[in-house]
Amino acid sequence: MGFASIYVPNFSIQAVVRTEPTLRQRAIALIEGCPPLERVVAINEAAARAGLDLGMTKAQAAQFPSIEIRQRSRSEEQSTHAALLDLGWSISPRVEDTAVDSIVVDLTGLASLFGSEEAIANILAQRALDLGLLIQVAISSNLEVALHAARGFPGITVIPPGEEAKRLGALPVQVFSPPPEIIETLERWGVRTCEALARLPLLELSERLGQQGVQLHQCARGASKRSMILAEPKLCFEEEMALEYAVEELEPLAFLLARLLDQLCARLAARSLSASALRLRFELDTSSASEASPAQIPNTRLDEKPLEKIYEKNFSLPMPMRHSKMFLKLLRLHLQSDPPRAPIVRIFLASEFAAPRVRQEGLFLPSSPDPEKLELTIARLANVVGNSHVGSPRLIESHRPDAFEMSRFIPSHNAPEVRQKDIGSPGSRAPMAAFRVFRPAPRARVTLREGCPVHISFPTVHGEVVAASGPWSTSGEWWREDAWNRQEWDVEVHSHTASNTNAFEYSSSAAPQKGVYRIYYDAIRQGWFVAGMYD
Amino acid sequence: MAVNVAALRSQVETALAGRIPAPFTCRSVQVETAPFDIAEIDVLTGGLPQGALTEICGSVSSGRATLLLSALASRTAHGHVCALVDGRDTFDPYSAAAAGVKLERLLWVRCHNIDQCLRATDLLLQGGGFGLIALDLSVLPPKTVRYVPLNVWFRFRRAVENTPTILLLLDQESNAGSCASLVLRLGSESFRWSAPRIQRAPSSLNSCACLLNGSQLHVELVRSRLKAAAGGHKFQNFARVNETSAGANFKTKSIWSDFRQTVIESK
Repeated sequence: MGFASIYVPNFSIQAVVRTEPTLRQRAIALIEGCPPLERVVAINEAAARAGLDLGMTKAQAAQFPSIEIRQRSRSEEQSTHAALLDLGWSISPRVEDTAVDSIVVDLTGLASLFGSEEAIANILAQRALDLGLLIQVAISSNLEVALHAARGFPGITVIPPGEEAKRLGALPVQVFSPPPEIIETLERWGVRTCEALARLPLLELSERLGQQGVQLHQCARGASKRSMILAEPKLCFEEEMALEYAVEELEPLAFLLARLLDQLCARLAARSLSASALRLRFELDTSSASEASPAQIPNTRLDEKPLEKIYEKNFSLPMPMRHSKMFLKLLRLHLQSDPPRAPIVRIFLASEFAAPRVRQEGLFLPSSPDPEKLELTIARLANVVGNSHVGSPRLIESHRPDAFEMSRFIPSHNAPEVRQKDIGSPGSRAPMAAFRVFRPAPRARVTLREGCPVHISFPTVHGEVVAASGPWSTSGEWWREDAWNRQEWDVEVHSHTASNTNAFEYSSSAAPQKGVYRIYYDAIRQGWFVAGMYD
Repeated sequence: MAVNVAALRSQVETALAGRIPAPFTCRSVQVETAPFDIAEIDVLTGGLPQGALTEICGSVSSGRATLLLSALASRTAHGHVCALVDGRDTFDPYSAAAAGVKLERLLWVRCHNIDQCLRATDLLLQGGGFGLIALDLSVLPPKTVRYVPLNVWFRFRRAVENTPTILLLLDQESNAGSCASLVLRLGSESFRWSAPRIQRAPSSLNSCACLLNGSQLHVELVRSRLKAAAGGHKFQNFARVNETSAGANFKTKSIWSDFRQTVIESK
């Protein structure tokens, strides 16, 4: 086993096509520069066939009706290069980051894992397709030969040891990327292929072209040798997309997000990782929004905050996941509930990585909701009732009445604490009387006699107090603005209830109702309130 | 007449032969149940039927929330993940924790109107995997709950069928009708106080002389698909239970009862 060189032909074009797969079959031209001096910097084969050439102006390129013109995107090229490195690291930890469009992978010891060299090359090509890249792979025992063969030969090339010079012979000398003056000289000599170059006498070549000529000669003979420069493995999963036109609506935005998520998940899959969190950032076009807003919203308050240029959201996932469709649904739900306030001109998406979730369900454990589905359900519920109204209650170590906080719902998968036979046995104890809390506590009118409540009246309930327990004084956190100081009573009320749509309890029957409530006198607010009822 | 009936029967059987093998034979449906963890109610009802809608109705302080917490405690203790759709945000986490509910296994959806409740329940049923989904509409006006179309309850029943999920509906009046496999009506008999009348003496302030010790509640079995099936009805596995004996009394206790008992015993 030797080295596999992976080369991405027409890298800039492929970086764009990767985020817009529908362009793959079309003629594309990439332009770069400041308007109106934009020039074509990259074209694909279809565009070249149509007659387009590098260096044309945008106006000239626009004359071709079938050409798709796109702006060259450095950020997309960076993401594509990161994906290319992920491809290399997906099969071997020893990867050389040779150039933006090519890498070299050390295949030593991979035969037992992946099989023959052809099999490895096929795996690489397939994984590259998953990442949205069409690559050229060459495998050779010589690193430089593999590198040049990958650049020169389309598809998969495997060069057996000893056949390097023969296989490279047909390639043009431009494959070594020599300086233009050397190419010109070689052209004058009639040397166009590696084979012709290799046949030249080394001493005379050295006299005329110097050290560069010697190096080219070695390359042409497949005899150049150098050590591999290992790249530091990076675990950074980021995708970015600059938009030519600002996106204002959710549907087209979801379409773009889907592409980025697909790429992100493919990269995570290549490294056998999952996402534990997602980071979404939009660059907003605030100029158009601020121009429009005064006309559209004439009563805008002066103290309102100016529109921010960046919209950022972090989504932490309850457990590592890698489903792009699920991520898209989550993002859509969150964006529906909290949309950006201006059109989007750039999308940035990154993920925190984590080892994939590995969990063996217990044979005797009850089934629980599928984590991915549960996360979606919670996001949908949050859309209906609000983010702060869905979750798991967590008690707080405090004497403050009704002190709890809502925490994110992540069901524990510990084994159940009780056995079947313990439940419902005839000797089981009486159940605990439950309490219902009225939020917010309604104000009540309470009549006292000798310090005890004897009559109570609050929305829908007006009745005599037949039994009472109290007062139970409780106060705390006097140093805070929301301090409490109350005297609580548990009262049994026999009442005739009235129909009212704004109250906590309702009854259609005319018979007196018995209810036990907890009322309190709030010394701070100077009034009686109903904390809740026993039910 | 008998000949006509036999002929008609054979004609129906022939017509349905491809789809229903034995249309006149009652299928024995094995319904799995989960305990309420209240012995009296478990004996009366046989437990909460899984894959079915159970309705608990009752008036103020009739023990609806007590039953709900008991069922939640039982399910969460068995490792099930449960969800509570709270119609008016009246759930008390402290009561729940005291009743034994594992709060980390409870998804609490705090709604403020009936639309939110029904949409949330729909989403939870679609999500699946829950051991118990409780829809607490008992603090909403009965008129509002009455206006919920019957097809909503049918849809809920269909969604929960053939799943291990228990759908529990709490309201003041029975609204789900025949969609509910089990209907219980609760009522309060009496409330137990340590001293029966209002303590008027100032010296009793902050004493434990008068405390709410709990209540005596009555539960009536209004409908039960389980009971009907056990009763051996041939062509009907659902019935309204109208025997006078279909009821039971049970007691609840207040959170501090155990603590107070310990103090008295130590003295």
